[in-house]
This record gives sequence, C-alpha cells and structure tokens, in this order.
Amino acid sequence: MSSSLPRPRVGLFVTCLVDLYRPSVGFAAVKLIEASGCQVDVPETQTCCGQPAYNSGDRLSTIEIAKTTIAAFEKFDFVVAPSGSCAGMLKKHYPSLLKDDKAWGPRATALATKVHELINFLVDVRKMTAVEARFDGTATYHDSCSGLRELGVKDQPRQLLASVKGLTLTEMEDNEVCCGFGGTFSVKYGDVSNAMVEKKTHNIAAVKPDLLLAGDLGCLLNMAGKLKRQGSTIAVRHVAEILAQETSDPALGDGS
Amino acid sequence: MNSTSHNFKDNARAALGDKQLQDALGNLKGGLVAQRARARDALPEFEDLRDVARDIKNHTLANLDLYMEAYEKKATEAGAVVHFAPTADDARAIILEICQQAGARIVTKGKSMVSEEISLNHHLEDAGLEVVETDLGEYLVQIRHETPSHIIAPAIHLTQAQVEADFRRLHTHLPKERVLVEPAQLVNEARQILREKFQRADVGITGANFLIAETGSSVIVTNEGNGDLTQSLAKTHIVLASIEKLVPTLEDVSTIIRLLARSATGQEISTYTTFSTGGRRPTDPDGPVNYHVVILDNGRSDLLATEFREVLRCIRCGACMNHCPVYNAVGGHAYGWVYPGPIGSVLTPGLIGVKAAGHLPNASTFCGRCEQVCPMKIPLPKLMRHWREAEFQQKDNSAGFRAGLGLWSYFARRPKLYHLAAKIGIPMLGALGRRRGRFAWLPLTSGWTKHRDMPAPQGRTFQKLWAEHKAGAQR
Repeated sequence: MSSSLPRPRVGLFVTCLVDLYRPSVGFAAVKLIEASGCQVDVPETQTCCGQPAYNSGDRLSTIEIAKTTIAAFEKFDFVVAPSGSCAGMLKKHYPSLLKDDKAWGPRATALATKVHELINFLVDVRKMTAVEARFDGTATYHDSCSGLRELGVKDQPRQLLASVKGLTLTEMEDNEVCCGFGGTFSVKYGDVSNAMVEKKTHNIAAVKPDLLLAGDLGCLLNMAGKLKRQGSTIAVRHVAEILAQETSDPALGDGS
Repeated sequence: MNSTSHNFKDNARAALGDKQLQDALGNLKGGLVAQRARARDALPEFEDLRDVARDIKNHTLANLDLYMEAYEKKATEAGAVVHFAPTADDARAIILEICQQAGARIVTKGKSMVSEEISLNHHLEDAGLEVVETDLGEYLVQIRHETPSHIIAPAIHLTQAQVEADFRRLHTHLPKERVLVEPAQLVNEARQILREKFQRADVGITGANFLIAETGSSVIVTNEGNGDLTQSLAKTHIVLASIEKLVPTLEDVSTIIRLLARSATGQEISTYTTFSTGGRRPTDPDGPVNYHVVILDNGRSDLLATEFREVLRCIRCGACMNHCPVYNAVGGHAYGWVYPGPIGSVLTPGLIGVKAAGHLPNASTFCGRCEQVCPMKIPLPKLMRHWREAEFQQKDNSAGFRAGLGLWSYFARRPKLYHLAAKIGIPMLGALGRRRGRFAWLPLTSGWTKHRDMPAPQGRTFQKLWAEHKAGAQR
C-alpha cells in the first residue's frame, strides 16, 4: 500500500442491527478499514438491506429498498458491511432481484462487484495479515451461514484473530451449523429456533471460552440471548470489536 | 396422504418434547452426515459431477415429453405395459385393477415414497388385499401404523428399544424368551417374517429411482435386496414412478448413480442396483410374467412451466434433510406430509398447495446447507423464498404479520424518517436495558423472549454518533 496513491473510498454499509443495536461494531469496522489504507464514508441514505421484506416474500418493497441502497453506494470504490448476511444480500441477491430491470439491473451488478463482508475485505482485498490488538483469554468463533456459504468467509477471521495478542482460538463442534436465528424465523418459529440455539450454546459452553465471536449481529443477539438466559458468563462480541480492540462497551447482553 | 402441514408449529412443539424422538434424531449427525462427508472427500470429481448431473436433468425436464414418448415406446417393445396416471386417484385405480386381474391376495412392496404420496396401501387394503412392506424401515413404520419420517430412512425416528417392543407385541408365534438385543437379531427376525410373504406374494410393487428412455428400463437401488425379491418372485411386477424419474440414457444413470448413494448414505454405490427391462423372456429362468409401469404426474407437470421446475431434478437422496438443522430438531413427521425436510418444504406446496403447506417454506433460516449438499444443485432456499412470495401475493400471511412488515418497510424505504424514528426509539430502549444489559420480555417478541433474553441496544444509533464524530473532526 503505497501512501502516494489515493486511498480507495469505502462506503460503510452499517447494517440496521449495528446502527440500532451496537454502534461500537460500526466504529470498529471504520477503524479496521482505515487501518487497511482506505478512507471511509457512511451515506445517510442507507437503512437496511431489505432482508426482512425479501425473506417474507415482499419482493416489491425489497426492490424499492435495493434501489435506495444502490443509489447511496454506487459512487464508492468499495462497499463494506460488518455482516455476511447483509453483504450477501447486496452482492448476491440484488442482481437477481433486478435482473429484468433494464436501468437498475446493470447498476445492481456493478455494485455487487464492489461489495464485501468486512473481514473478507480486509484479508482478501486489502491483504491485511495482522491487526494491532490484544485480548487475554480464549475465544470460539461461530461461522454465520450467509458469510460462510454465500461469500466464503471462513479462514479470514481466523487468520486475523491469530494475530491478536493473548488470544487463543478454540474451535467448537459444528461451528458451521446454523444458530437458529434466521431473522423473523426466530420469533415466528421460536420453539424450533430455540432448539437450534440450545444445541449451539451447548457446543459453545463445551469448549469453555471466555468469549464467543461471530461476524453477524443477528446470530450474536440470538446466541447471547440464549447464553444470558442460561446464566452463562461467556462474553459475546462481534469479531470486529476484538480485531479493532473496541471493547470499552459491555459485551452483548451484559449490563454496565 | 392427508396433510397436517398446516399444523407445523404444533407438530414441531410436540416433536421437540418427545424424548424418544430426540434420542433417535441424535444419531443423524454421526451417521449419514459424517458418512456423506467421507464419501465426498474420497471422490475428487464429486463437485464436477454435481454440475453434470444437474445439466442432465435440466435437459431431460426441458424435453420431458419427447423422452417420455421414447421411453414408452422402448418399454412397450420390451414387453412392459405403461400406464399414465394424471392423478393419485388414477394411479390407485390402475394399480388395484392390475392386482385384481392378477387375482392377487398378497402384495409385497419395495420402498416407494410415491406410493406414500398416493396412500396406496390403504386403498389396496380397503379392497381386501394384504399389503406387506418389505423394506425393514417401511415394515417397522407399517406395523406401527405410522408414516415414514425420512425418505431413505423411514424409521429413523424410532429407537432400537421401540423396535424390539413392537416385534415382541406382534410376532407372538415366536418364542417369548428369544434374545433381541443386537440389531442383527432384529433384522433376522424381520427377514424370517418377510421371506414367507415374498414366497406367497402374487404382486410385487416397487418404486423406481430412474426410468431410462434409451432402453425402456426401470432402475431401483436398495441395500436390503428386498426390492429384488419383491419384483422377481411375484408373478406380476408393478413399477410406480413419478414423471421426473426419467433420464435419457444408461450413461446418464451411471453418472447420477455416482452421486446418489454417496449423498444418501456415504456408500460408493448401493448394495443392489437392479435394472428391469420388460418381464420374463422365454429364455429367462425367473422373473415376473407381467411387468407394468405406472407413471404418476399428480401436479408435477404444472411445476414444469414455473420457477419450481428445478425441484423436479431431485433424486431423493435425503442429504438435504440430513443436513437441515430444522429437520434435525423436529424430525420428519412434523412436516405433516410425505416429503419432509428442505425438499419437502419446496415440493409439498407445489403438490398440495401453498395454502395448506405455507408453514414449510417459512420454517427455514435459509442457512443454505441443503443447497450446499444437494447432489442435483437444487437452489432450495431460493425456491422456498419463491413460495413465500407466492404466499405474500395471495395475502395468505396473517393480518398482523402483514401490518408489521408493511410498517417496517414504510420506514426502511424512507431513510430520513427511518433515522428519525431510530433516534427517538433506540435511546429509550437503551436506557431501559442499560443496567442489566438485556430484556427478559419485550412486546411482540414472545417467540423470542420465551426462550431467550434480548440483549439491550447500546442506546444511540451509529448514524447519530457518526454525525457527531464527523462534526467533531471538522471543528
């Protein structure tokens, strides 16, 4: 990364959950993207990627939301989201939603080529190999479904976590199995969702970590909610918080 | 088969509370899932084969009418009688008539999900026939008056202890003090009972894994050999197959078969792969005298012209359900109809309507594991989403759900209003939850908070903090 070159402009797709629930993840993402040699901007005209409508069968609303998002982000060199699920929506689903639209189809496809999940962007695009961070303790990492299966996020977070001083990563069993979140699924089919997250927290607890990490806030809310209901003291954080050492706020579900 | 798919939520709740079922389901992961992974890893061209297999079926489905004609011609030349059954009623009537013409009293059956789909056993039994399932799992399900809970492992919901109890209850002519501890002992007992039925059967009914247009053959793959005894010992063999079982050539079968058993059980190939082309020829030492093929549509051709055509590529390996976390949690019966798991969540609304089966495509987190393992690369989550879209268009969702979604999307489409509402709402929620860091209850989210806490938000939105941060940086 030569400093004489202009720094690429990254539009941060904050994601609605980070915006509403956990701004510290957004600031962690900004810090990491800047450390990778980019400048970050956050368009105000973003809301949500549209998955709640998309996954509920409301295609028309989703298309409206997709157009708003495309318009807000197409001017950037890269679009980065601290979520595999939302990045997957922009990258994989917007083009297919708009493929029959002569005006918007090409815009959706052009945007898709620039969209990346945060850690994937840092490692695969910006060739980041290490971070300046410290966490003394053990952690386990849950592979969120969309990031893993739609975008191939698997080794990248582990590679950066390996550079965090003091941190030991212990893999749990079935780290690639869904935690049971699934957006509205978690409320509509609460009993089934609970059975799934129970298996997940069982596997988490079995490796006795100090910390549970993942790259998607939806899954993290689900797993933290279950762990806290079970009285667990395992701290739950977005992986970006640890990589950027943005840990002044309490972990998910922990009081101040 | 009557559907209870509309009761999915209650079915699922009952299944989650069924300790025996949960014990039985616990065996899936170490069994079929691990075995498939080993088989896949041992075949370097596995992923390439999936593309080839997908293309074979896509090509067949695009030319189904032509291949069906070719199949019928070849099969007839080989001595088969081919019947087309547009509906389940038609198929049942055709099969009963064949049985009656054969003067049948005992009918043996190989494993066939299509026969479950058309409730064949009940129909034949009502007409006074004795129908005996000869696949071990199907036999267990039959003697319990249940239905299969998995398409290749029909009795996967049962524990060994349940099987022993059933055998002692039913096989009362055998010595009470016999030992039934090992699986092999149970299998031997079933074999003993079934041998006698095989010898006395007048008609044998099997499904088909493939119909081959090039040769007019039907193919079954089994592991117990029961299918072969069913189809070769009785005087009359009836094959019951749905239209999408057709493939153009023998070569195509050879390709797809390399994926089938590996995806299903992790075997390189099933123990038995049997090709039937017509009935017994004058020079053959054995085999059925009469060979009938009943080809069922039952709504499938309506799917051909839609985006759901892709589901007709399915070869019924069961990998999608083995890998599905929802199936693993609730088992197959909760789905309420013939085909459980992700394939059922796409196929069932197609065959019995989205109104009756709307829960199934909704009861998924879209985790994508099913699509990842499907040997035929069926985009199951995408097709489930298409059903949700059909449901939404037909306004089949509950009024409350539609209102909530409508309100949310009203804001999501209006960034200014959205951020304003967030700036007002989030600090309130944050203040309420700050001390404990979480909520044990929140309005409208009882499905969540019944089982889990809801972590509290940090209390200010990122957008607000970012605006302050930028203003600060500019000063």
